[in-house]
Amino acid sequence: MNADTIVEYTAAILMVTGGLMSLVSAIGLIRLPDVYTRSHAATKSSTLAVLLTLLGGFLYFWALERFISVRLLLGILFVFLTAPVAGHVIIRAAHRSGVKLADISKKDELAEAKERLMEEQNLERLNREKKNDSGV
Amino acid sequence: MVNTLMLIALILFSFTIVIAVYRIIRGPSKPDRVIALDMIGVNLLASIAVVSCLLETKAFMEVILILGILSFIGTIAFSKYIERGVIVERRHNR
Repeated sequence: MNADTIVEYTAAILMVTGGLMSLVSAIGLIRLPDVYTRSHAATKSSTLAVLLTLLGGFLYFWALERFISVRLLLGILFVFLTAPVAGHVIIRAAHRSGVKLADISKKDELAEAKERLMEEQNLERLNREKKNDSGV
Repeated sequence: MVNTLMLIALILFSFTIVIAVYRIIRGPSKPDRVIALDMIGVNLLASIAVVSCLLETKAFMEVILILGILSFIGTIAFSKYIERGVIVERRHNR
């Protein structure tokens, strides 16, 4: 058993670990109650699964024919950059379009902060109108 | 043995894709479906990496990059549509 065989086995085990991670994220995707917690499961562990699998592929090609695949490295970098951004953007869109939280969730701090901001703006506008009225 | 492990990984990824398809059909809101679609894209990318190791060919590496870019752009477009109702905004007061 030479070194290349060990690297190949390591690559295969990395791929299986990535598959298990993606299965964990899929279980989170069907079991969790609302879209916010589901995105929590879908973005993070799924990113980890893809990173492990692409790293396994990179190691496998290196052990097989001493080939350093820049495209796989670029794929790792790209997934690592874009998956959290995509999760954040889609969840911001969900909250702005008014998707309800699950019934067991206790508090929605973003909605509270938005309400407070609206009240402050309303108060400011009222004050300004009052000042204008007294000026006239 | 290495091939068997890769096949196991491939089967796990396809299970994930099936579960995500269930979430797309069932999902109560639009963002649910978009998240599941994004997850299908990412898992497809990983399974293509496994397939290209299984067949010992380097021909599928470009597919990995292109699929990553396409799934990201698709998610961004869907989320802009859900948030504002349009994808490409036009300014009227120019």
